Amino acid sequence: MSLNIAAKEIKPLRLNYAHLARRMGEHKPATRYQEAVYDVQPTTNFHYPPSWDPSRKLYDTARTAIVMQDWYSFTDPRQFYYTSYVAARAKQQEIMESNFELVEKRHLLQSLPAELAEQLRQVLIPLRHYEYGANMNNQDICHRGYGTTITSLASFNGFDRIGMAQYLSRIALLLDENEETSLHAAKQAWLEAPTWQGLRHALEDSFVLDDWFEILVVQDVVMDGLLYPLIYEGFISQVAAQGGSAFLMLTQFMNEWNEENSRWTNQLLKVTASESAANAELLAQWTQTWLVRLEQAFMPIAQLAFGEQGAEQLATVKATLLARLAKQGIKV
Amino acid sequence: MAKKLNMRKRYELLTRGLGWEPTYQPKEKVFAQEAYEGIKITDWSKWEDPFRLTADAYWKYQAEKDKKLYAVMDSFAQNNAHLNLADASYVNALKLFIQGVSPLEYAAHRNFARLARQFSGEGAQIACQMQSIDELRHAQTQIHTISHYNKHFHGMHDPFHMFDRVWYLSVPKSYFDDASAAGPFEFITSVSFSFEYLLTNLLFVPFMSGAAYNGDMATVTFGFSAQSDESRHMTLGLEIIKFLLEQHEDNLPIVQGWIDKHFWRAYRLLGLVAMMQDYFLPESPMSWKEGWQIYFVENAGALFNDLARYGLRMPKYHEIATAEADHISHQVFGIFYNYIHAAAFNLGLPSEAKMNWLSEKYPDTFDKYYRPRMEMWAEMAKEGKRFFNMGLPQLCQVCQIPMGFTEIAKGEPMQVAYRVSEFRGDKFHTCSDGCKDIFDHEPEKYVNAWLPVHQIFQGNCGGATVPDVLAWYHFHPEDGGDYAGSADEARWKAMKGTAASSTAAAKTAPADAA
Repeated sequence: MSLNIAAKEIKPLRLNYAHLARRMGEHKPATRYQEAVYDVQPTTNFHYPPSWDPSRKLYDTARTAIVMQDWYSFTDPRQFYYTSYVAARAKQQEIMESNFELVEKRHLLQSLPAELAEQLRQVLIPLRHYEYGANMNNQDICHRGYGTTITSLASFNGFDRIGMAQYLSRIALLLDENEETSLHAAKQAWLEAPTWQGLRHALEDSFVLDDWFEILVVQDVVMDGLLYPLIYEGFISQVAAQGGSAFLMLTQFMNEWNEENSRWTNQLLKVTASESAANAELLAQWTQTWLVRLEQAFMPIAQLAFGEQGAEQLATVKATLLARLAKQGIKV
Repeated sequence: MAKKLNMRKRYELLTRGLGWEPTYQPKEKVFAQEAYEGIKITDWSKWEDPFRLTADAYWKYQAEKDKKLYAVMDSFAQNNAHLNLADASYVNALKLFIQGVSPLEYAAHRNFARLARQFSGEGAQIACQMQSIDELRHAQTQIHTISHYNKHFHGMHDPFHMFDRVWYLSVPKSYFDDASAAGPFEFITSVSFSFEYLLTNLLFVPFMSGAAYNGDMATVTFGFSAQSDESRHMTLGLEIIKFLLEQHEDNLPIVQGWIDKHFWRAYRLLGLVAMMQDYFLPESPMSWKEGWQIYFVENAGALFNDLARYGLRMPKYHEIATAEADHISHQVFGIFYNYIHAAAFNLGLPSEAKMNWLSEKYPDTFDKYYRPRMEMWAEMAKEGKRFFNMGLPQLCQVCQIPMGFTEIAKGEPMQVAYRVSEFRGDKFHTCSDGCKDIFDHEPEKYVNAWLPVHQIFQGNCGGATVPDVLAWYHFHPEDGGDYAGSADEARWKAMKGTAASSTAAAKTAPADAA
């Protein structure tokens, strides 16, 4: 028996698709990330004006006041395309699954002080509606935004929100032993309790913004930039210290998610602001306006979470956000 | 002890109720696209979730699927498994796919995100969102699979640039732009029902079984991996139709009109697939006509029997499409045979064996109408007078295919069909009653069509000569023309060691790659 594995040498004609070769040269093969995102969106020669926005084209750079020479200047530091995205989330969900299992199996919520449980119901569970609204905004960015490196991340971001809304719903069911009480109460609070009205009002106002990039700044930078550190770092740490350490596990996804998600929003802000003074000015103006409003909107939520320390906690979170923005070249 | 929740109830608790009726902004402003098409939704909560898939389960399943898919893709590339193809002429099917189909997957991704923003019911909203992200998956996995082929064959090097410009790619592009420019309910009726539910098998089966028959395991793998997503999308297509019809009786005529329109639009687009199926594949698993019989006549027939209780009938002109099943692939082939010098794939006259297969599959038409044409073209080519049409064709204002279809339903299969409409003092030409009806219903929309031939004449496409236009398309001279004597053929023979390899390889490789 002879082994004949001497393969014929096959020299490729080219290493890259031409649109990638134009960006990175012909001799450096593109990564899967680059292949998946660069220049995939149509840019010209559209056939019909959209009935939902007749004065603009189907894909149009004029849907934002931000101006970029090249809408693919921004790339994701995480290099997410569909497959790397679902692979990363599949790992995280596996951890979350075992976290939930452990909490349930070991009855870790049984020893939770009743007062703390009640506070958790009031602070955490209404946030499932916040995530749903944030999802709407990100679906909008995915649709009306420009350039696949940005729009595909909005798609992933939105999908994550549904995941997190579902985790929060599971927490409610866990607290209530599968009764719907907290789910209903939280929705009621979201719709009527004064604590939540500032945030809901801001969110609903963001739904009707025309400029998709402004929506991105409001939602994914300012609102998230206040809410996540306030709740998933500050509040949950406090809960853990008071006997609710199980919640470190039950909200692990959200905590990690914010850290990971800030990496791409930071990069996007940085690239956009460094493009031109006009962009930087616009980003500063949007952040400024919304930060003022959202700081007020978050005050009652901070008080619900931290009592008298609410204002201080919020001020710390705000200072962190301002520092973060300054690092990207946005002076508020 | 916590009470038990069944899957359905659990999904409902996790998902339904996440949305709310806005009070700080008017609902009509927040969901600005929900009303303007005249569709009446009285109660979104009546929506039946077509698949109760939570986000975490979605991540898990999809990651498992992709892990397998990319393992196949990697090993395919590593082993140069394209050498196992039946013949390199098969790759022309992939060229058409990456140029004309993958960009549609991408457009679907962006537009399902629109629906996911605009529908105010969470059930439908989340179903659309899942489809949106799935469609991104399809576009990206196709780019990755075909990337390997792009390294070894011509015509796949710049698909997204081509999609925005090339004359025959305006057929798929205008088809999808049509739905994308429409309201959300028309979009979902068009894409989820008229295309995904009614006709997707006619796209999917020819490409994937063609791939399987011709040794392309990479494409088969992405095809089958995508199929589990597609079955969810088909379920969504049927659910949305039932839902709209159950919501309000006024929805029926609107929905029926959309089904009529988008059936015909999609059917015309599939003419390109018919050509691929009958003429591109070295080994053909099934003829276009056989596919039409099974996947449309039988399956769609049964479906519309079920839908009759809602008052829906078969799409208008379906009987014409069925009558045309005997002709359409041959006619589209004829058009491309004329213009193959201006395409980014290769085509050839069918071999004697292939013609015999066509005679067998099309006993009523092939020998009578089309074989003589093929034989005449072969004769001309032999005499050194290979026929190329150097003029530019008139395009149908709606489907944008050159006006080469005939009056089959009128019993005059050799008479070219054309229809004329007038609008604001101008004449507009269409290829069929189906396309004319579409134009006449919304002339103010279709006058905007970016017709490639008009654009060339207006000087918007790189210049006045064919080479100018082809350069503007980013075509290389070796991308088009007959397969026999093509750069791909020479390279294939060199790779397989069936010809003097060194010279052939040197000739087909661009200078910069050597």
